[in-house]
Amino acid sequence: MNPKIVASNVGKCFDTARGTVDALVDVSLEVAEGEFVCIVGPSGCGKSTFLRMIAGLSEVSSGTLTITRDDQQSPTKSSKPLTSVVFQEYAIFPWKTVLHNVAFGLEMRGVGKRERLETANVWLNRVGLSKFADYYPSQLSGGMKQRVAIARALANDPDVLLMDEPLGALDAQTKAVLQEELLNLWEANRKTVVYITHSIEEAILLGDRVIVMTAHPGTLKTTFEIDIPRPRSLATTRTKDFNELAEAVWDALKDEVHKVAA
Amino acid sequence: MTTRRLANTSTRTSPTWLSAMTVLLGFAVINGGAALLGLWQSYWWLLIVGQFVLLTVLVDVFQKQLNIQQRQRFERILAWGFPVLLLLIAEVIVRAGILSATWFPPPSRVAVALWDLTVTYDRFNQTSLLGRPWLAVSAFNEGGFNAVGELFRESHVLATLGRVFIGFAIGMLPGLIIGIVMGLNKTVRTMLDGTLSALYVLPKIAIFPLLMLMFPDPFGEGPKVAVVAISAFFLVAISTAAGVRDIDSIYLEAAHNFGARGLKLFWHVIIPAALPIIFAGLRLALGTALIVIVAVEFIRAQVGVGFVIYYYWQILAVDKMYAGLITVMALGALLTYGLQWLETKVMPWQHK
Repeated sequence: MNPKIVASNVGKCFDTARGTVDALVDVSLEVAEGEFVCIVGPSGCGKSTFLRMIAGLSEVSSGTLTITRDDQQSPTKSSKPLTSVVFQEYAIFPWKTVLHNVAFGLEMRGVGKRERLETANVWLNRVGLSKFADYYPSQLSGGMKQRVAIARALANDPDVLLMDEPLGALDAQTKAVLQEELLNLWEANRKTVVYITHSIEEAILLGDRVIVMTAHPGTLKTTFEIDIPRPRSLATTRTKDFNELAEAVWDALKDEVHKVAA
Repeated sequence: MTTRRLANTSTRTSPTWLSAMTVLLGFAVINGGAALLGLWQSYWWLLIVGQFVLLTVLVDVFQKQLNIQQRQRFERILAWGFPVLLLLIAEVIVRAGILSATWFPPPSRVAVALWDLTVTYDRFNQTSLLGRPWLAVSAFNEGGFNAVGELFRESHVLATLGRVFIGFAIGMLPGLIIGIVMGLNKTVRTMLDGTLSALYVLPKIAIFPLLMLMFPDPFGEGPKVAVVAISAFFLVAISTAAGVRDIDSIYLEAAHNFGARGLKLFWHVIIPAALPIIFAGLRLALGTALIVIVAVEFIRAQVGVGFVIYYYWQILAVDKMYAGLITVMALGALLTYGLQWLETKVMPWQHK
C-alpha cells in the first residue's frame, strides 16, 4: 500500500538561551494508508514534538516530512483536513457546548449549520454522549471530555488522525474503557493513526506497529510489528503473545527510561 | 460477607447545650462585669470584639443543629441579619452618647435624611436625589419629553450614572481594541507596555484641570465624562491585554489544527478564552469610574452624588452627607450586580 506519511531524516532543534538543543535527530519513518502506528518513549524524548510536526503545529528543522492527501485535487478551504489532533490535556473549548465542540472543525471549514450539527450528532452518538450534547465541558468527567475530543477529531474526517497521549490524564479504569472504545471506533473506520503513549500495553493493544524511541535527543530505536489478530479487546492483554511482546518492548525501552531517570 | 470491626467505636455525643450555656454565661459575665466596673465608656471597642467572638461561637453551635435546608435558610437570614444588627448596635452606641452624634449620626437619622433627600426638591440648588420620578407623568402631559428630560436633569443619581455609563462606554471600546492588539502582537506589546503602565498609575483626577482647559465648556459635562473614559480605558486595556496573552496555548493550537484562522479564530477562540479576565478588568474599571466621578463631583459639579456629599458637608448637614455616602455605596453595589448579571448572560459556561 502507498505510504501515507513519509518522514526522512527529520530533525528538530530548539534555540535556547544556552544555544541550540537537538530535540529530535534523524527520524525516518513510513506510515502506510490505514495503519495504526504507536510511538512509545521516555519523557522528553521528543515524541510529542514529532507528532506536532506531522500536525503542522511545529516546523521541521531538517529533513523532509510529507503527507499524501487522499484527495489528489488541489485543496480548497472546505476540503477534508490533512490531520486532526487529539491532545493530551482536555483541549476542548470550555466556552462551547459538547455539540458545538464536536462540530468545531466543520464550522471552521464552512460546512453549513444543519449538516455540521448532524455530523456532530452522529459522532456524539458513536462515543455515547448524545445525552450530553448541550452540556459544557466543565460539567463532564475526564473520560467524557476526552471522548468529546476524540469525537471532535473524527467528525472532522481527517486523512490522518494524530493522538498525543489522549488517555494519559485518565484513571486506570476509565483508561481501560476508552482503550476498548478506541479499538472499536478504529476497527470500524480504519483511519491512518499516529498514536503517542507512555503505556506499552496501550501501544500493543491498539497498534499495528509499535516504535520505541531513544531518550534525548530522540530518534527511532526499534520497531515491533504487532501481528495479534483483530478484532482485539481488553481480553487480548491477557494472552501469552501479548505479554511476550510487552516484555520485548519493555526490554528495548527500559535502557532509555533509565537514562532519563538517572 | 463479613464486616470487620476496625476499632472500638464509641458513640460520640455533642455537648451542644453545654457550649451554648458557656457562651451565654460569657455574655452575662462580660456585660455585667463591664457595667459594674464602668468599663463601657473606655473599653467599648474591646467589649464589642469580645461579644462578636461569643456571638460567632453561639451562631456556629446553633447552625450545627440544623439540617441542610434549614441551614441554607439560616445562612440567608444571617447574611441580612448581621448588617441589621450592626446598624442597631451603631444606633445604641450613638444614642448612649459613646460616639458623638455630631460626626456619627445614628442610622435612624441617616435613614430619615435619605428619605428627605429623595422626596424633596432642593430649591436652592435646583436638584433632587432621583429626579422625582412620581412627577414624570404629569410633566409629560404638560410639556412632553422635554419636560421629563428637564425633570431628570435635576437628579443627582442620574447625573452620576450618566457620566459613569457614557464615560465608561467611550473608554472601554478603545481599551478593548488596544488590549486585544497588545495581547496578540508582541511588537505592539513591547512598544506600549511601559507607556501604558506609567500612564495607568497616574491619578486621573490629577489631569482633570488640564481636561477642563481642553473643553470649550470647562464646567460642563465634557471634562467629567472624559476623565471617567480615560480611567476606564487604561484598566480595560491592561487587563484585556493580559487576558488575551494568557490564553492557554493548547486552545490556540487546537484551533489552528482545526482550521480556525482570522476572524473565525478571533470570535470562536480568542475572545471567549479571554473573556473571564476581560470581565475582571471591566469590574475594576467600573468601580474606579465611580470613585473618580465622585471625586470630580466634589470639585466641580452642580449636580451629582459627589456634589451631595460635599455640599452637605460644607453646610454641616452631617445626616444628609451620610445619606450621600449611602447612595454611593448603593450605586456601587447596583453596578457590580448589574455587571455580574451580564457575565452570566455572556459567559454561560462559567456558571453551570
